[in-house]
Amino acid sequence: MVAQESHGHAAPQGFIRKYVFSLDHKVIGLQYYFLALTAVFVGMFLSLLMRIHLVWPGASIPLIGEIKPETYLSLLTMHGTIMVFFVLTTAPQGGFGNYFLPIQIGAPDMAFPVLNMLSFWTTFVAYLVMLSAFFVVGGAPLHGWTGYAPLSALQSAGPGEGLGADLWITSIAIFCIASLMGALNFITTTLDMRAKGMTLMRMPLTCWSWFITAILGLLAFGVLLSAGILLLMDRNMGTSFFLPLGTINGVLTGHKGGSPLLWQHLFWFFGHPEVYIAILPGMGVASQVLSTFSRKPIFGYKAMVYAMLAIGLLGFMVWGHHMFMSGMSPYTAFAFSVMTMAIGVPSAIKTFNWLGTLWGARIRFQSPMLFAIGFVSLFVSGGLSGPFLAQPVLDIQLHDTYFVPAHFHLIMGVAAIFGIFAATYYWFPKMFGRMMNESLARWHFWFSFIGTYAIFMPMHYLGMAGQPRRYSQGTELAYLKPLLPLQKFITYAAIVTIAGQLIFLFNLLWSLRNGKKAPDNPWEATTLEWTTTTPPPHDNFGGHTPVVYHGPYEYAVPGAPRDYVMQTDPATVVAH
Amino acid sequence: MATFTPTVPAQRPATSRGDRNNLPPIPGGGDDGRPDFGSPDHAVRLRRARLGLAIALTPILMLFVSFTSAYVVRQGLPTLDPATNKVVRDWSPIPLPNTLFLINTLLLVASSVTVELARRRIAQRVALEPVETIPGVSLGNEKEFPWLGLTIVLGIGFLTGQFLAWRDLAARGFFVATGPSSSFVYLLTGVHAIHLLGGILALLVAGTTVILHRRLESRHIVVDVTAWYWHFMALLWIYILTLMELAR
Repeated sequence: MVAQESHGHAAPQGFIRKYVFSLDHKVIGLQYYFLALTAVFVGMFLSLLMRIHLVWPGASIPLIGEIKPETYLSLLTMHGTIMVFFVLTTAPQGGFGNYFLPIQIGAPDMAFPVLNMLSFWTTFVAYLVMLSAFFVVGGAPLHGWTGYAPLSALQSAGPGEGLGADLWITSIAIFCIASLMGALNFITTTLDMRAKGMTLMRMPLTCWSWFITAILGLLAFGVLLSAGILLLMDRNMGTSFFLPLGTINGVLTGHKGGSPLLWQHLFWFFGHPEVYIAILPGMGVASQVLSTFSRKPIFGYKAMVYAMLAIGLLGFMVWGHHMFMSGMSPYTAFAFSVMTMAIGVPSAIKTFNWLGTLWGARIRFQSPMLFAIGFVSLFVSGGLSGPFLAQPVLDIQLHDTYFVPAHFHLIMGVAAIFGIFAATYYWFPKMFGRMMNESLARWHFWFSFIGTYAIFMPMHYLGMAGQPRRYSQGTELAYLKPLLPLQKFITYAAIVTIAGQLIFLFNLLWSLRNGKKAPDNPWEATTLEWTTTTPPPHDNFGGHTPVVYHGPYEYAVPGAPRDYVMQTDPATVVAH
Repeated sequence: MATFTPTVPAQRPATSRGDRNNLPPIPGGGDDGRPDFGSPDHAVRLRRARLGLAIALTPILMLFVSFTSAYVVRQGLPTLDPATNKVVRDWSPIPLPNTLFLINTLLLVASSVTVELARRRIAQRVALEPVETIPGVSLGNEKEFPWLGLTIVLGIGFLTGQFLAWRDLAARGFFVATGPSSSFVYLLTGVHAIHLLGGILALLVAGTTVILHRRLESRHIVVDVTAWYWHFMALLWIYILTLMELAR
């Protein structure tokens, strides 16, 4: 908690202080980014195994063997958990947020550098604990990323629900603490460390998105932590918070009186804001990139800020829409339904503002821009199925079918991933001093964009046809047989799309050493990170602190000598 | 847009979109003309640490808010009694060790007072520090009263009292798993105790900085922030006690 003076003295010299236990927000940002990069490949590998099992259930996979139904449940649990926590929460906020929030507001570092370092290493420990669940007796848990009780609350509920599930909950609890430390740092930094002239309404929209995400995390992760503590007590100390009277194989469990719905309420009070934690930074990056490559100011800057605040606020009032099938009162369901559809309003404001930014622009179709447009496309496609699921009557039909994975993968999974890709291509030159290969990036974009739609669009049809999610062997059921060709198509598409990600991995690693040297401001952008050298020095601005005179998206300003005005440009230019 | 040619003479120099966007930098700036954040200015560091603490208390509050909601929900839940096959409520209030809780509350409130005195004393010393550097000026070498040490002792006293309360409950046959109300009593007191233990560790850190001859100002920040945290813990305990006593 003690305010640090890490930048009062010279940069650290030893390898360990410089790259491992570094206090520098830039190094910590990269650590988060590479943690997420390993996690995303683990998560993707698990999804590949699932896709193969779904269409060829008897297939024997090298080193793994045949996938049993309970193994399938472990795979989907770990896929969801790793992707949501260690990729979608970690990379956009912990990675890019850590690296660029201080630079974009003109600060030399985060407010509490030691806390920042602890936050990363705590996340790292959580990640190791999570992965260790694969290797214990019984394997990884079966209860899905939502951990519904009673399956998650009983040691004997199934293989993987023993030590594996304990490790899973412990990992989530550690992750909560790490995220809270991170959120504390983000909020303090944004409120207290902005450079002179950097008013709140001059912050780039990326900073706004990280700030709002941090507030959501601050309010949500404490609730998940409390739920995790109660769950651990139910599992190991004999309490009955979430466990009603029940039997396993005819034997009484010894618990009584608890309510599985209590878990669902606590979990989703966290879980719904969590999906905005994943997507908001993507919205920020998309706004930043769309404006830069359209060479136009973002359409309706203030509306964008207020829309994000509204999304964040409404996000806390809609958790019940995950529970329409839980037997809740129709009046409660109606209230949650109305609140949920109200989120469509700020979301539409954002979408139309993005389109308004693109309208009539002389667009530079470079790789960050392609991914930002891809983000908007996926946000719309995934978002449009939201109002369907938000209606209790339709949700009765669609709940727990493939329609739901189709919806949330498009809007929260892949859209957020496209935000991460856009951010990677956009900021790679600043972070590593080299450009990424543009042709490889384009190949990567088209593989990912077409591949994503090929995977997730057909899932809507599977859902409407009644294919239930989380079932391991659809091939056994007569009424699902006609859907098998579509399932096979999705699996082929997934294999091709995952192969396409190797292009990205190669481009990233290859460009680190062999990319073209990057100038300080390759995209002719206006925000503060482009005023400093590439890569930025230890204290970000080489001994001076920037002074800000302009808003963040001053493109095509009448009378200015260039088509963009840097935030730090003091010069008053007279037209004529 | 890039090759915009004005058709009318520009009325005023245009470098920015909108009037509000071309303000001079300092008024309304990020830090409102306060001293630079890069400087080791004591006031800035103190303000930042206090802001950080206020933000850090939010998730602790949320933790107990969600415990409270679970408490209220669990209290009202019906369950099936397999013996009689009837729907009953299994929440039965447990007899709390009220004398011990009263003593503990007094200990904690007293420690809140002592930590406040420690906080004010060290703030005074920081304020007077420049005076002492003037040659010939001495503020006297009076012995400091160890308010901080007393707070730590009272804090440990409180934790010991809580431990005795758990022993007392166990001796009367109320364990964590005995019933929903005893689960919540152990949960709420236990999580609060862990948080208070954190406060004691922070005070110990403040104590060791004296031995390590760290700057008085750094010590001031630790003591100040921990004092506010400590007050919060005292309030939180009073809230928990009220909840356990009234919502039985």
